Amino acid sequence: MSELPASIADAAALLRRRATTSAELTEIALTAAHRDPYNAWLHVADAHARAQARQADERLAKSDASPLLGIPWACKDIIGTKGIPTTAASKILEGYKPPYSATVVERLDAAGAVMLGKTNLDEFAMGSSNENSAFGPVQNPWDTTRVPGGSSGGSAVAVAAGQAMFGLGTDTGGSIRQPGALSGVAAMKPTYGRVSRFGVVAFASSLDQVGPFGQTVDDCAIVCQALFGKDPNDATTMPLAVDDLRRDIGKGVKGLRIGVPKEFFIDGMEKDVERAVRDALRWYEKEGAELVDVSLSLTDHGLAVYYIIQPAEASSNLARYDGVRFGLRVEGKDLLDTYRRTRGQGFGAEVKRRMIIGTYALSAGYYDAYYVKAQKVRTLIKAEFDAAFAKCDAIVTPTSPTVAFKIGQKVDDPLAMYLNDVFTLPGNIAGLPGISIPCGFSQGLPIGLQIMANSFQEATMFRVAAAFERATAFHEARPEAA
Amino acid sequence: MPIDRQTVVHVADLARIALTDAEIERFTGQISVVLDAVDRLAEVDTSAVPPAASALPIHNVERDDEPRPGLTNEQALANAPKGGRDGEFFRVQEVLEAR
Repeated sequence: MSELPASIADAAALLRRRATTSAELTEIALTAAHRDPYNAWLHVADAHARAQARQADERLAKSDASPLLGIPWACKDIIGTKGIPTTAASKILEGYKPPYSATVVERLDAAGAVMLGKTNLDEFAMGSSNENSAFGPVQNPWDTTRVPGGSSGGSAVAVAAGQAMFGLGTDTGGSIRQPGALSGVAAMKPTYGRVSRFGVVAFASSLDQVGPFGQTVDDCAIVCQALFGKDPNDATTMPLAVDDLRRDIGKGVKGLRIGVPKEFFIDGMEKDVERAVRDALRWYEKEGAELVDVSLSLTDHGLAVYYIIQPAEASSNLARYDGVRFGLRVEGKDLLDTYRRTRGQGFGAEVKRRMIIGTYALSAGYYDAYYVKAQKVRTLIKAEFDAAFAKCDAIVTPTSPTVAFKIGQKVDDPLAMYLNDVFTLPGNIAGLPGISIPCGFSQGLPIGLQIMANSFQEATMFRVAAAFERATAFHEARPEAA
Repeated sequence: MPIDRQTVVHVADLARIALTDAEIERFTGQISVVLDAVDRLAEVDTSAVPPAASALPIHNVERDDEPRPGLTNEQALANAPKGGRDGEFFRVQEVLEAR
């Protein structure tokens, strides 16, 4: 075997037939990760991965049925891994080795998955292009002059380029779904409250959620099944029994109502993106789904809500990087000066911009006008989604208004960069699950289709996404090796 | 609302971030554009709308106050910055003047 299997289910079947071993899959992945030409990896953990693969092969010999047993995966470097460097792609955390693993890592460890190493991202997950990494940008494997999307670009590329069977990312405004779209893989953000963030570097706590990248929709569902559920260490995880997320995945869409919000078909959207999404909607209708017009009139204001709440929460969360207990310290003339220099030199430009915006929005005299106002509009946005989901089972939209853009094209124009997430961030504001799947190409670059469902209705979201995937071959296309 | 250079300097100071002159120049313009865009929220009537802190319907999650194992001293100190450890302590510059 020279390449990784095309899905987790395929790999699991091969492992059970003894046609391969976890050790073999892991070596294929490690070799590919070491040869990675896209700067997708910040740390490849060979010894750790080989040890986990050995343990997985022992469990396989005992007929252990865990679907993720022996499956090699890529971990966004904002997710804490005990004893393995975790940097959030920031100089301020360079060399940091967490004393404990995130709950999501522990759950995948328990499932027998093999953690290969840590993937590149925008610093502290702040970005939509992966150009904000302190350790250099990630390139898109479909065209290396272009961005892979962000912030979870490294995990997206690791899956797209066949270096890992699945990846984990975090999504605060689109940071899983948008790089999934631009890199041509399945990429899913769960409902807020589904997955523990314990041990994940905090960005904007009312929005952050951990989720998977996979080669298929089913891959994402299998990983979610292992991740979901209450964690006593994260008070925002819902005390819900986790349903079988794959129970409806093969059912098709006949009789389902699919909401189409006109506000998601905007000026400035690329024609090929619109065409591919409209084609997908027509396909759903042909398969017996009913297309329903829904109104999300505040979509446009979502960006404003997001660019207040997110930097405000981030400015609070990132106050902990003070150079005292861990990470970089740049000593100044007194302690206050040490804080200022440490943060001035340790944070990159985008992080500093957001710290200033967030601190400003929370400062005396502006708190009500910005932060509280944004929280009120957040209530209205959530209410609009509630009204929409009273009329439909899922909402289908483009994931991003454009395909992958050129590296450097938007770095000096923060607002243009922020617009990449205009279709994904409403899902974070309202806490909804969403998945991006490949639905076409524009001049050789992948286009993403976003399927959103109501809170905790991931099974329906997977059903709608999997139906399209089964009928099309977009997810089977792979970039040519660079 | 555009933001001026002086405000950027003041807010960066509140955020404990030292900026270079070039950064102050660049950020003042860039942040003004972003604040200008978020000012559009004023268009939305929110007079009878409560604020939402998150999308989640749960509040005030409690647990029993029972001791649980935590980090050892050594684990907690292991990531101390260069020059930031003194035996069992983190070392920082003095904040209280000696009497």
